[in-house]
Formats: sequence, C-alpha cells, structure tokens
Amino acid sequence: MSHVVRRTATLLVSVVVASFVVFAFLAVLPGNAAEVALGTNATPAAVARLSREFGTDRPLLVQYADWAQGLLHGDFGTSYVTHEAIGPRIANRFAVTVWLVAGGMLVALLLALPAGVLAAAWHRTGRGALLSGLSQVGIAVPAFLAGILLVYAFAVRVGALPAGGYTPLAEDPQDWARHLVLPWLSLGLVQGAVLTRYVRSALLSVQRQDFMRTARAKGVRRWAALCRHGLPNAAIPVVTVLGLQLSNLLVGAIVVERVFVIPGLGDLLLRGVQDRDLLLVQGVVVVLVVAVLVVNLVTDLLYRVLDPRLRSR
Amino acid sequence: MRSRATLVTGCLIVALVLAVAAVSMVWTPYDPNHVDAARQLAGAGGEHLLGTDQLGRDVASRLMVGARITVFAGVVAVGIALLAGVPMGVVAGMTGGWLSTVIMRVSDFLLAFPALLLAIMLAAVYGSGTLTAMVAIGIASAPGFARVSRAATLRVMTAEYIDAARLAKRGRVAIALRHVLPNIADIVIVQASVSFSTAILAEAALSYLGLGTTPPTPSWGRMLQESQDLLFSTPQLSLWPGLAVAATVLGLNLLGDGLRDRVDPALEGVR
Repeated sequence: MSHVVRRTATLLVSVVVASFVVFAFLAVLPGNAAEVALGTNATPAAVARLSREFGTDRPLLVQYADWAQGLLHGDFGTSYVTHEAIGPRIANRFAVTVWLVAGGMLVALLLALPAGVLAAAWHRTGRGALLSGLSQVGIAVPAFLAGILLVYAFAVRVGALPAGGYTPLAEDPQDWARHLVLPWLSLGLVQGAVLTRYVRSALLSVQRQDFMRTARAKGVRRWAALCRHGLPNAAIPVVTVLGLQLSNLLVGAIVVERVFVIPGLGDLLLRGVQDRDLLLVQGVVVVLVVAVLVVNLVTDLLYRVLDPRLRSR
Repeated sequence: MRSRATLVTGCLIVALVLAVAAVSMVWTPYDPNHVDAARQLAGAGGEHLLGTDQLGRDVASRLMVGARITVFAGVVAVGIALLAGVPMGVVAGMTGGWLSTVIMRVSDFLLAFPALLLAIMLAAVYGSGTLTAMVAIGIASAPGFARVSRAATLRVMTAEYIDAARLAKRGRVAIALRHVLPNIADIVIVQASVSFSTAILAEAALSYLGLGTTPPTPSWGRMLQESQDLLFSTPQLSLWPGLAVAATVLGLNLLGDGLRDRVDPALEGVR
C-alpha cells in the first residue's frame, strides 16, 4: 500500500515538474505571444498593451501558477489566436485519440501474443526464423508508412475501406469502425512486430528456468508447460514493454492521425504548431506527457499484481 | 552463425546507404530540385531511372539526396545524445552518491518526454528544420545513453585494473578517459546503432508532418508526404522513399542486433 502512495506522490511531483518545463519552454520563446498575435508591424506600445491584457508581462512563476491553477479545474485558458477556450477542444479530441490508441494496442496484442509464442516454440527452426525475420521487417516500417501502404492496399486497390476521415462513434458506430480499421492496423502492426520479439525473448528465457525443466520432467507436455508456467512468468517483462509501447502509440497516433485525417489530439497539436498557438500546444503537450506518466505508473503498479514476489518488498 | 549473417546483412545495407549519401554530395543523375513541367510523373525506366514526381523532378536524384539528409540527421542526433549521455552515465557510475541520484532522476524524467513530442515543441518555438528536429531527438535519446553507460561503468569499476590505476594515483578524469571509456565503448556503440535508427524514423516522421526538413530539400519523409495525394494515380512515388526508410532502419537494426550478440554472446538467439 505504501508503495502505491509513494509512487502516486512521485507521479504528482513529476506532473508538476513536467508541466512547468513545458510551460517555461514555450514561454521563453523568441517573440512573445503578443508579438506573434500582432504580427511584425506592431508598435512596441501595442505589444506592451496586449502583453498586459494576456498577462504575459508578469513574472514567469506567477504566470505558471495562474495557468496550473486553471489546469486543475480543467481550464486550459483561451487561445490568443482563435479566441476559443482550449479545454473543451482538447476534451473533444482526447476521446478520438484514446479510441485510436486502444484499438492499436488491441491489434498489437492480438498479433504479438500468438506470433511471439509460436516464434519461441519454433525457436531454431525455419518457421521460427521466418517469424523473427517478419517481425524484424515490421519494426523497420514506421507507422505512417504502414498507413500509406494500407491505404494503397485497402482503399485504392480493394476499395473496401475509406482512405481517411472520421465519423463520431455516437453518430454511426459502423461507419466509425470502418474509418478506424486502417489506422488501428497501421499503429498495431508495427507495435505488434516490436512486441512479438519481446514475447519471444521473454518466453525463451523462461524456458531455460528450472521450473520449466521440472514440469517437463514430470511429464507435462511442451505446450501445456509453456502456457501454464511459461506465459505467466514471461508476462512481467512483457508488461514493461507494453507500458512503453502505450506511450509510443500515443505519440505514433499524432502521425497516424495526419495520414488518415483523423481529428484527434495530434491533429490539434499540429494545428497549434502551424498557427503558433502556443497556449494550445502547451495544453496538448501537457495532456500527452501526463498520459505517458500515468501509463508508467499503472505499469509499475501492475508488476506487483503480476509478481507476488515484489509485494513483500 | 545466424548472428554473423545478421551483422553482415546489416553492414551491407548501412554501407550502401552511406555510399549513396556520399556520392550524392558530388554527383546525382539530375539536379534534385530542377522542376521540369514537360516531364511530370514520368514512369520508371527511360531517361529517368525511377521516373519523376508531380513537378517533374528526378526521383532517383531526390532519393540520393534524401539519403544524405537521413545520414546527417542520424549523425547529429546520435552525436548530441552521445556527448550528453555518456559523460552523464560515466560520472553517475563512477561517483555514486547524490550526484548519481540527481543525474539518474533527470534522465528518468527526460524519458517521460517522448522524442517526437519534444521535437514538435521545439518546432513550435523555433520553426521547423532538420537541425532543430535532430537536436530534440538527440536530447530525448541522451537518457538512454546515460543509463547504458552508467550500468557499464558500474561493472567496469569493480575490475582490478581500476584498483591498480587508483593505487598508481591516477586522477579520476584519467581513469575515466583511459580505463572506463575504452571498456564501455562496445556497449555504447550498440546503443548508438539503435539510436541511429530511432533518429531516422523520427526525422522521417517529422518531415512527413512538415516539421522536419524544409522544402525544397528532399527528405524521404517529405517525399512520402508529397506523394500521398497521388496514391490513387501514381503509387510508385510512395514506394521508393518508403522502401528507402524501411530498408535503412532494417539495416541499422540488424547491425545493432549483430553487434549486441558480439558484445554479449550470452544473449545470442534470445533477442
């Protein structure tokens, strides 16, 4: 229990530090928000007036405290560029990205668990080498390239699925899924290839353990031993990688959203960069970094559920 | 045996990319940025080996220059990561105590910042460009180097030759430079090959997003982005840069795996 508390406290500290770093990073940029908003022909007096209005003439720490306090209430501020509230925009898009990432993770798991087990079982055979080779190739393909290839195969050649766009789930679930199949596959295939290698290597090192030999010596069949004793013990390193991958997927989603024109967080972030809407960029980056930190925490806590040996420490 | 084949294949692919990049500095079949309205979207073969793009630019020439950009991006990012990460790791490993704790906490914290996100933030502030992007990727990759070199340094510090050097009254810096660095170099090199492929993937992704290499300089990611709209009519335009990215990353990964098996034979076949 104390571990949970300690880890959660660490998370909170990390969140504060991370949000401050993001804030400070974007606040010290060349050309402050008022200058950007007014353009290059603005007079110094106009810039000073607008800075006062935005509150960007105050000390950095005061500005941060103000912004962070707003964040706690879900208030991400109002964009200097579009004059819209940023919080609701982020909230709308967050769900889209979560669906994208969750589906991608599911595809990766559905692919990697069987493929990894088979690759381990077929270790040092031709079929095993073929699977390893395939996963090696899969790792080398960036998600956006996988997306382009999938669009070519399924949207251009077969014509069965849309090449891009998005329909909200509440509007039409079937159309929603049709639009997300290719993005899910582009995220999932690549991460699945990475995961396959970890599942395989985790199983291979478990297979060398004494308890596996004992099980086999007692007459347990190879596959039964692998599933009964091998998989649970291989789960721990695999969960570590899963946590890392979830973070990768979150970032990969930024690019995949661009490929398929999906209105998620990544799309919002890129729009913010394009418009130099720094408050928006700041908000989205903080949400993404906090998501990564939370995923890390959950991964860490999951170890203890999976590995009873750790609980006593 | 398998690891040898992995290493050789990886070396060959990487050598090919390096060679193409080097040749592109002195010679390309055509000017990679020469727009030829009369020859838009020419097919492969004929005068243009791999055809031309929608502006009539020679695809083969652009791919060659793209290789140079890719190598440049990888070298800059890995260089920064090496220069920042390895000293951090060696110092943490050699001193221990609070300094080590601080260094490792900072690197843990940096690890929570995904590389691509850091690069996008830098692009938001300083505008897009290959160098900006790679500085971000380099910073984000530094913690990996710090961890690996700290772990290796901790192992090296238990060796007898370190005791001998201490008895000989060598200073810490001398020990670090003459005894620690040469003995952790192999592990650092493996990490470098892995980071190189990460950097290349990141450069491609950033250029695809329009936040990396700026036009008209050809980069593989950018070429992919420019050709995506033409996927319905001329899909081969996406094929070449896609193949180039995937093959280069595959080569670097194979090289990294092969080197790792050399450095740590116990892992052979497991990974």
